[in-house]
Amino acid sequence: MSTYDRSMALTGQPPKSLSTNQKFATFLGVTGLIIMLLAIFNVSFPNKTLWLSISLSSVFAGILWFSWNAYSQKLPGIKNDGVWFKSISSRGFWAWIAGIALTGFYIVLYFYPEYLGLVSDGDNKGIIALFDPLSKALSGNPASQWFVYGTLYTVAILAFGIKFLWKYRHNRYERLRTISVMLFQTAFAFIIPELMARLNGDKILNGGSLPYYDLKNVWPLNYYNFESYRIKGFLSSGDIGFALLIFGILSIFVITPILTYKYGKRWYCSWVCGCGGLAETAGDSFRHLSDKSTFAWKVERWVVHSVVVFVTLMTTAVVYSYLGTDTSKYWLTKSSFLIGVAVLLTLVFGWVMLFKREQLQKDAQYGAIGYFVIIMALLGMHFFSGDGNVFLFKSETLRKSYSFLIGSIFSGVIGTGFYPIFGSRVWCRFGCPMAAILGFQQRLFSRFRITTNGGQCISCGNCSTYCEMGIDVRAYAQKGENIVRASCVGCGICSAVCPRGVLKLENGPLEGRIDSNQVLLGNDVDLMTLVNQK
Amino acid sequence: MENIVIIGNGIAGVTAARHIRKLSDKKITIISSETEYFFSRTALMYVYMGHMKFEHTQPYEKGFWKKNRIELVKGHVTQVIPDEKKLVLASTESIFYDKLIIATGSKPNKFGWPGQDLDGVQGLYSKQDLNMLEVNAPNKKVCKRAVIVGGGLIGIELAEMLRTRDIPVTFLVREDSFWNGILPNGESQMINEHILEHHIDLRLSSSLKEIVSDERGRVKSIIVEETGEEIPCDLVGLTAGVTPNIDFLKDSGIELGRGVKVNRFLETNIKDIYAIGDCAEQHEAIGNRRPIEAVWYTGRMMGETLAQTVCGNKIPYNPGHWFNSAKFLDIEYQTYGWVFPEQRKKAEEMHFHWRHPKEKICITIAFHKDSEELLGINTFGIRLRHEIFDRWLTEKRTIAYVMEHMADANFDPEFYRTYEKDIVDQFNSDFGKTVKSKKKSLKQIFQIA
Repeated sequence: MSTYDRSMALTGQPPKSLSTNQKFATFLGVTGLIIMLLAIFNVSFPNKTLWLSISLSSVFAGILWFSWNAYSQKLPGIKNDGVWFKSISSRGFWAWIAGIALTGFYIVLYFYPEYLGLVSDGDNKGIIALFDPLSKALSGNPASQWFVYGTLYTVAILAFGIKFLWKYRHNRYERLRTISVMLFQTAFAFIIPELMARLNGDKILNGGSLPYYDLKNVWPLNYYNFESYRIKGFLSSGDIGFALLIFGILSIFVITPILTYKYGKRWYCSWVCGCGGLAETAGDSFRHLSDKSTFAWKVERWVVHSVVVFVTLMTTAVVYSYLGTDTSKYWLTKSSFLIGVAVLLTLVFGWVMLFKREQLQKDAQYGAIGYFVIIMALLGMHFFSGDGNVFLFKSETLRKSYSFLIGSIFSGVIGTGFYPIFGSRVWCRFGCPMAAILGFQQRLFSRFRITTNGGQCISCGNCSTYCEMGIDVRAYAQKGENIVRASCVGCGICSAVCPRGVLKLENGPLEGRIDSNQVLLGNDVDLMTLVNQK
Repeated sequence: MENIVIIGNGIAGVTAARHIRKLSDKKITIISSETEYFFSRTALMYVYMGHMKFEHTQPYEKGFWKKNRIELVKGHVTQVIPDEKKLVLASTESIFYDKLIIATGSKPNKFGWPGQDLDGVQGLYSKQDLNMLEVNAPNKKVCKRAVIVGGGLIGIELAEMLRTRDIPVTFLVREDSFWNGILPNGESQMINEHILEHHIDLRLSSSLKEIVSDERGRVKSIIVEETGEEIPCDLVGLTAGVTPNIDFLKDSGIELGRGVKVNRFLETNIKDIYAIGDCAEQHEAIGNRRPIEAVWYTGRMMGETLAQTVCGNKIPYNPGHWFNSAKFLDIEYQTYGWVFPEQRKKAEEMHFHWRHPKEKICITIAFHKDSEELLGINTFGIRLRHEIFDRWLTEKRTIAYVMEHMADANFDPEFYRTYEKDIVDQFNSDFGKTVKSKKKSLKQIFQIA
């Protein structure tokens, strides 16, 4: 079947061209983009506020018009008609163009912001200057490349979010979830941090500064949260800053595990997270492109968990690098910190190996043991390495390589840039250390699972095809097994696209959650007992 | 090593193969002329609609077959010679078996209509039919109108498929309301409305008289029996049910009725030859079931059962409570137990019917007039938990109990609106009862102490 034609059409592509309305909508949206493009090439716009407004609203309106035309005439229900016939959503010509354009944008954004008009001392130029008025209105500061990116990101989530709401208007779970990500992105990721930055040097902070802090961004997703400049920022802001620091730590060790216990990792990955938000809204047209092979699953497990190990090491090294050695000044020293980390990791490792081992696959067990030994060995080396050298590397080198490889290349350039080629959740699936940690919690002790409805599965494959995390949902459903997978972000689309109502995301009792028995209803029960005896 | 040969790589044959492998080390060979690998027939529609690629309908990766040592042979069996335990393929090659499982499925019904073999006339069952549909109806320019004959599940699926490519569809249904040989009136009525909402030209009480040919032997139009109306069209979809695909067995000595006759152990009249799935016909119908059940789930269950028998643990095919599900365009349908339509309803079968005032959501519960025991339930637009209804049917719960605990049975996604209260209110007013609906209980759903 490898030579299989994408369209299945022997007489040419089925008709999936744009309607007249959609052509106009595309024109409008692209006009907005062209204004930004002109700004990049330093066309100076006389009234920046006006032109920025025109540009952003054309993009916004273009997307809305397009989606209104696509869904308003249709009855509510799953409408993935022609997804595999369209060039943009089936890795065709336009998908490659979009992928290359996005990737190019990310490369410039991360590594060559000067081409976008960033000027370190003096007024901004180019597209960044175009965004200055909005930035000044929010935080009082001129725009940066991150502000431009943040604005576009938010516009994308809002506009494509509305598209998603139209598309899934028959499904309340999807609607509420989308409204939630739209809200979290606009408020927590975009507006609140800007306003917090505005409070810099304010009287209530006694002249200190409040860090730009996206409250919903938990370590290790914000791997920089415990770097010395952040800690100084927190501590210089008095009580509020200190409270933020405590909140940052609590979110890792208390809030996150509790929420994940109750609701699975979906509370974060598909209700709160910005990366997930973009994947679900702007990335929705590409969700079916994720690789479902068992090979991809193996790669995923090794890569994502290696990232967790890497980020743990890196953060430990970074914190270590700015701690002192004198116990009389402050209780937290290089040594006590490393011992603390070692104890914590040992506890987690010991708990898993003692109580939860049977819930992990063999390769996960070997991996865990391997990583544990490596980390412990590296921690042990602290006593033998010279000052400033933590482990075998300088902490700065470690941090730089992490932020380059994972923070930039993986999460941005590949994660988002390659949406049209690899699907929408590449970063979440292969790269996000936060998702990996939440997944670990979800797999081991969450009440969350996807239940399968008896023996009603017809193995049609809609669930697997539309799983953005590349889980072969059908493999479980057709056996009648509950689905408890570390990577499942609980988006609920498998359940939405199932034509037989087989799948349900639910929080139930822990008991019997990982049900390895094949409970297929229909046949006489005695037979099933027999089958299960094997 | 014993050689098990299975003809047909559909759900029945493949399930049998998988379970035989689980239970034994026997040599397993599957022969099919349709496709190289097992795929989900019920998902073919999504390929045409562009929701999926054909590969997506294949549940197992290529390595699966090798890993499980299931040999796949692409070939067409033309003859079975039981005396020599031999199969003859169209390629004139022979294959010998120790045990033979016939799982050849069905083929679309053709009732001898004039013109039924013209170009542009086809059924929708096999992969080949789908390929043919791409030729006959790739878009609305080539296919200016399609006529679908036969008001069943395949018919409505074909209509939905064609509509995604904006092809105008006329849907001829012989009955006076869609699928009312299976569905009670209220439900059938609701589906009629939904079909019209999708801009499908639904013609009830209409049957096919004749398919008219153009000068090149292609379909030009059809003529409706009842009105004599001629409807020009480029495609005629014949979806008036299916028949077992067993022509190649005619001279084999295997006892045939409409299908391959089998006993409760799925054995044919000849030793070491079995039949499962769509092509198997029970000597005696089991309970309210039909002797031939062309349903995905029964094929799967027969495969599971037969694997036990073949591997030395002889057990009868003993299907539990009837269940089925389908989707009518945007409306999901599930059924558990038996809810009969008006013309087949027994005197003691009472129905409670509720329909949402605006949405296309409804529910019908059948119960015994005297004992008030639950007989079955149909739902449209509400998902129900299979295990719960299976349990309630086994426990012979009363309609009042079902009403009270409806919340436990709801399988809709979280945050969906629930209608238990409305349903119970109407039940109370219809039957003069005072049932109160109870809150959802995880303990009851998951049966934990």
